[in-house]
Amino acid sequence: MNPLKNNFRKILGVAALGLLAGVASAKNITLLNVSYDPTRELYKEINKSFISGWEAKHPGDKLTIQQSHGGSGKQARAVIDGLKADVVTLALAFDVGVLNTQAKLVPPDWDKQLKHNSAPYTSTIVFLVRKGNPKKIKDWNDLTRKGVSVITPNPKTSGGARWNYLAAWGYALRQPGGNEAKARDFVKALFKNVPVLDAGARGATTTFVQRGIGDVFLSWENEAYLAVNELGAGRFEIIYPSVSILAEPSVAVVEKVAKKKGTTEIAKAYLEFLYTEEGQEIAARHYYRPRSEKAFAKYKANFPDLKLFTIDEAFGGWTKAQKKHFDDGGEFDQIYVK
Amino acid sequence: MPSPISPAPAKNGPEVRQQTPRARMRDAVGEPPWMRRLLIGLAILLISVILLVPLAAVFHQAFAKGVDGYIAAITAPDTLSAIRLTLLACAIAVPFNVVFGVAAAWAIAKFDFKGKNFLITLIDIPFSVSPVIAGLVFILLFGAQGYFGEFLSEHDIQLVFAVPGIVLATIFVTFPFVARELIPVMQAQGTEEEEASISLGADGWKTFWRITLPNIKWGLLYGVVLCNARAMGEFGAVSVVSGHIRGETNTLPLHVEILYNEYDFSGAFAVASLLAFLAVITLIAKKFLERGVRAEIKAAENMVPEQGALHS
Amino acid sequence: MPFSFKKRSVLPGFGLTFGYTLFYLSLIVLIPIGALFLKSSTLTGSEFWATVTAPRVLASYRITFGAAFIAAFFNLFAGLLIAWVLARYEFKGKSILDALVDLPFALPTAVAGIALTTVFSVNGWLGKPLNALGIHVSYTPIGIIVAMIFISLPFMVRTVQPVLEDLEKELEEASATLGATRLQTFRRVILPVLTPSLFTGFALGFARALGEYGSIVFIAGNMPMKTEITPLLIITKLEQYQYAEATAIAAVTLIISFVLLLFINWVQWHNRRKYSL
Repeated sequence: MNPLKNNFRKILGVAALGLLAGVASAKNITLLNVSYDPTRELYKEINKSFISGWEAKHPGDKLTIQQSHGGSGKQARAVIDGLKADVVTLALAFDVGVLNTQAKLVPPDWDKQLKHNSAPYTSTIVFLVRKGNPKKIKDWNDLTRKGVSVITPNPKTSGGARWNYLAAWGYALRQPGGNEAKARDFVKALFKNVPVLDAGARGATTTFVQRGIGDVFLSWENEAYLAVNELGAGRFEIIYPSVSILAEPSVAVVEKVAKKKGTTEIAKAYLEFLYTEEGQEIAARHYYRPRSEKAFAKYKANFPDLKLFTIDEAFGGWTKAQKKHFDDGGEFDQIYVK
Repeated sequence: MPSPISPAPAKNGPEVRQQTPRARMRDAVGEPPWMRRLLIGLAILLISVILLVPLAAVFHQAFAKGVDGYIAAITAPDTLSAIRLTLLACAIAVPFNVVFGVAAAWAIAKFDFKGKNFLITLIDIPFSVSPVIAGLVFILLFGAQGYFGEFLSEHDIQLVFAVPGIVLATIFVTFPFVARELIPVMQAQGTEEEEASISLGADGWKTFWRITLPNIKWGLLYGVVLCNARAMGEFGAVSVVSGHIRGETNTLPLHVEILYNEYDFSGAFAVASLLAFLAVITLIAKKFLERGVRAEIKAAENMVPEQGALHS
Repeated sequence: MPFSFKKRSVLPGFGLTFGYTLFYLSLIVLIPIGALFLKSSTLTGSEFWATVTAPRVLASYRITFGAAFIAAFFNLFAGLLIAWVLARYEFKGKSILDALVDLPFALPTAVAGIALTTVFSVNGWLGKPLNALGIHVSYTPIGIIVAMIFISLPFMVRTVQPVLEDLEKELEEASATLGATRLQTFRRVILPVLTPSLFTGFALGFARALGEYGSIVFIAGNMPMKTEITPLLIITKLEQYQYAEATAIAAVTLIISFVLLLFINWVQWHNRRKYSL
């Protein structure tokens, strides 16, 4: 009885403290990294390395790095609405950009603050198919065939899905005689083959892997490897299409928040750590394509060659792409609304 | 007059076959045995398919990695901190709603005033509002872009994406439970006992503690149990205001989703089974409390005729 | 404090309890909901109208209301049957059955969602045999209906059951003595008494299903125009930073639920008066 009672008192005590809210202790440093869905495992390892390095260099500091994951757009919105993130590591530049346009949380030139457009690692979109590739899926044009069922999350709510969509559109543009009208028809035909639109990348993976729905899953390269290696060893294969998009997941220090919390320096160091050889190797181990040539060479076997186009080349940047394709009444909505 | 409340269906059972005139009459108004069996069978089938199978699935999946995996999942630090946060949110939300529920039931059940239906409907709002909207309204108020956002950030007060926001959302979704449970009980009991107590010189508080509270204790407990179950299980509203910081702002239902999204399916179901287990406990407590509530209403109804006579 | 709208009473505490009720109600419910309407009013009338009547939004109303209606309709029969069996018959395991009815009240919706998805997916316990019959539940409108049936079943059972238990046997006996068949007695004697509670249960379950989110997103498939429910659409709008539009749709669903609730409370109040007089 007594311990229960004590616990209850403790809970009430914590409750009272909780209501006082927001009083952080000064000696311990806490960073909050708000990220998108598939990066949980990556940042678990990054955090561990960074913390041990930091604490070695700054004796007496006790560093904790908290993680928050979810759909990229949802996470950006939470930060805009007041989630106190020191850094964001999101799926696409657009979601970091809105932190500037909607709430001035990052400077307008946030993407120039770090090397490579503030994207320390890249990825691309590949196909995950069932073992033996029973539907003989080789390239994007196979996805519009009758009877092929395609799994992708909803581009409205998932960053990864926007890359999927744009990769398909870009492929169609690059075909002989390709133009906007043909690309529109192609993407429309592709989404006619999509039976489920999960809200996030992780939900879509579960649909494909656990529920057994669909013949091909449009996936981040790193998620595809995770599925092949850990979720269903021997049940899936990765297919590299002839061409795909260069996905650049962006990172930024949320300056307004970090300044207030006094964590600007360490937040910057944290993101710069991603560019170090150590950080690059960790990224490569988790199947993100590193920017460092050395790390790339070391894990070359994981990253087959394929032609990659950037969003700037094919769509003139994120702001344009977002407006044309994903805003309300945009190209994506037109697929479903006649 | 036979008590209309007691179900007393035991006499109706197929095994009771003594042919008293009363029993013959019962047969005349009852269904033939085959029909009875068919209906019972159908009811069991429906409940099994709709309710029991999903519950069984939770426990089945929870033990997919064996007992060790199960224990590991529910004793993981993140799970424990989710349990703590859930308990904390309940420990604040439930008492708040109990105080409100008692006050509202007193005002509504013991007095007659205009617009009572409208007031009851307002109290019902959180019950039918989509949880998503419940979370959204607090973002609109207390989010950084919200109506009080600037004020809060100037004073360094963090409500949403922190524990207070989770508590607020929990209070909102469980708002009507205690009140709605107490209003009918208090209404059935009328005002006679309290009036007697007042006329004998007791003050309002004394009357409440000595007369009303003992009369409604089962109903109150029942409301608390329902309120608590709902508070622990709330997902949609809390999800909007949580921020999903591991080990800090994740409640149990959110932690289930996180584990699920980390492909730790058996872990997700293991944590879910804690909540399902809690649901089962709630059901047992509810079953037990229901008897008390019925007795309260019954006791009250036995008094009703006299009271009616007094008033008319 | 004289409350002119209130009947006189010797009991104390009306001012305090009524005042506190209004205060707490305003703080927790009315002000937040007011913020919602305030935000939606930043749209002009025509923008508001365009938002809440966009084709995808209209489709989501159709899906949400349609599925909630079908679920409530299914529960009208399933709930009546279960309530009947629980109120009238005695058999082994009845109390377990009785307790199980409340499971959806107590089980968190997210847990219900993943459990239902697991059970009804193509390789699940029920999904596999159903799939063999050509019935797809997960990721179709049927999945939405199944989830809604699950969460709203107790409302029907728990509103009808007490009425059935209170039903005076004498009426049925009289009907039987007068030569009515069992079916006639049911239709002419029992059903009219049950109708208000059936209606209330239907409306309560319907209202509950309209707002449901947690369990449905897992099983629905979330296809625009096909299996996208209104609460999901609100979330989608939010994630595109369209707060005003999101609140506009939320305001519409809120008004609909409120009118429904008001109607239910009015019917209940009306019945209480009818039967207590």
